[in-house]
Amino acid sequence: MLRASGTEALVRARGLTKKFGSFTAVDGIDFDLYRGEAFGFLGPNGAGKSSTMRMIGCVSPPTSGELTILGADPVRDGSAIRARLGVVPQEDTLDVELTVLENLLVYGRYFGLPRRVIRERAAALLEFVQLSDRAKDKVDPLSGGLKRRLTIARSLINEPEILLLDEPTTGLDPQARHVVWDRLFRLKQRGVTLILTTHYMDEAEQLCDRLAVMDHGTFAAEGSPRDLITQYCSPEVLELRFDPELHEAAADKLKDFPAERAEVLADRILLYVTDGDSALVSVRASGLEPLTSLVRRGTLEDVFLRLTGRRLED
Amino acid sequence: MPVLATVGEPAGSVASGWASSSRTFRAFQCWLTVYRRIWRSSVWSSVLGPVFYLGAMGFGLGSLVNKHGTASLGGVSYLAFVAPAILASSAMNTGMQEASWPVFGSLKWNKIYIGAQASPLRPEDIFRGHLMFMTMRLAMNAAVTIVFMWAFGAVRSAWVVVAWPVAVLTGVAFAAPIAAFAVLAKNELSFVYIFRFGMMPLMLFSGTFFPLSQLPEGLRAVAYATPLWHGVALCRALSLGSGLSLLGALGHVAYLAVLAAIGIWAAGRTYRRRLYV
Repeated sequence: MLRASGTEALVRARGLTKKFGSFTAVDGIDFDLYRGEAFGFLGPNGAGKSSTMRMIGCVSPPTSGELTILGADPVRDGSAIRARLGVVPQEDTLDVELTVLENLLVYGRYFGLPRRVIRERAAALLEFVQLSDRAKDKVDPLSGGLKRRLTIARSLINEPEILLLDEPTTGLDPQARHVVWDRLFRLKQRGVTLILTTHYMDEAEQLCDRLAVMDHGTFAAEGSPRDLITQYCSPEVLELRFDPELHEAAADKLKDFPAERAEVLADRILLYVTDGDSALVSVRASGLEPLTSLVRRGTLEDVFLRLTGRRLED
Repeated sequence: MPVLATVGEPAGSVASGWASSSRTFRAFQCWLTVYRRIWRSSVWSSVLGPVFYLGAMGFGLGSLVNKHGTASLGGVSYLAFVAPAILASSAMNTGMQEASWPVFGSLKWNKIYIGAQASPLRPEDIFRGHLMFMTMRLAMNAAVTIVFMWAFGAVRSAWVVVAWPVAVLTGVAFAAPIAAFAVLAKNELSFVYIFRFGMMPLMLFSGTFFPLSQLPEGLRAVAYATPLWHGVALCRALSLGSGLSLLGALGHVAYLAVLAAIGIWAAGRTYRRRLYV
């Protein structure tokens, strides 16, 4: 865990709760986020991730509980805290009528930065997100991936200590996602504290030092991706796919199979085992013949399935 | 780690007043940048609107009216009578336009408010910055209208210079409350009602195109209570250089100023309610 540069939490929450009318979006969560780490809220849509992020972003007052950001109260000192945060919202809020550079200039002015400083930083940031050659283009025709990169550049204009990213790569194609991940990884290397939400387990694994698995507004588990997998999942997973006609019968039969656990999904059966290959041999020996089989290591997806009984992207 | 709590400005101090107006100005600058892109199209409505109105009402309708005698207009030509009212009512029009769709769009379309919200700007700053821009647009449009009034020979007094800020105030008196409402609007339909059942009757029954003495007693009392009438009456007196005491003028200004102040106060609250969910 990266806590070398200080033990004081940048963000501290105790019993943090957010209600909208009778609906409880965030239900009394506790966490401490430290300087230099990349922390992720992993969970399906509606788990309370975005509500948590909005509270940390000082644009949504908590209903109850304690929240301290950079040592200050987000309700009373929201403006001063936001001056030190960078925010990449779930949906881009770029002004598509303006040029790439103008978006950065306008945004920098919100922070009261002198134009000269904004121009210098804008040039460096566009370089960083590989958009220098598009500086004078209008934003409207840019692809989703380029817009996202511009949003990230914009969020860095005030040189924030904490960068909040709400679903940073949702809606991007795989190639664009990898570019975004690469840039975020570089930011992390530079010491920027990243707080992100995601419902992609690969994103969580790639970027996060520490994760909170969120479901129904609460934390189901918390730890590093590696620890979570070790704690909540077997070393290997055997994925079996049967003829749809035989799917149920196979599922019944495999219930008694000597695995740590079996999960029956709509299209596949997952066996959580120590040794996938020998498990497959035993399955075949018992008279079951899967159409396809795959032995893989346990992932956060399995952790989530185990903790909540549901898949992440459902 | 620096302690942020010491940064929080004590309410009401000079420093906090300065920081607050600086934030308002930063929000305003965003609108200037946006406007730099779209000003060409807005010039058409700013220039052609008053020209059409002055031409059609002043000369077209005016030639008919003038033939039948203008005693009820106070003895001035119909053009001179109607021109300052067009100044006031176009200010209302601009104020309402600028405070409805652009405010709604800042949440739903270009998301200017949502982007600004993540910065140190507070909902009040975001509103005031936008209102400052609306005020600028009002000042531009009113100036253009007054120049055309003068060019068309519709101005009777140098006091018309004072009608400029009065027209701006009239526009703000509409813009501020409408922005307070628009930021909470669920869909754009709400604006159609405002324009159809708010702006149209006000334009027709506030002494704009005919003196209120022509209205039946009951309707006249209603007309006196409408904000547009106060703007029209004051602009008209200033453009004609007659027909109003200082006290009467101050009364009109006070009415409009109070309406604007209520709007600004209400918008501070509704913006906060809408943006800090």
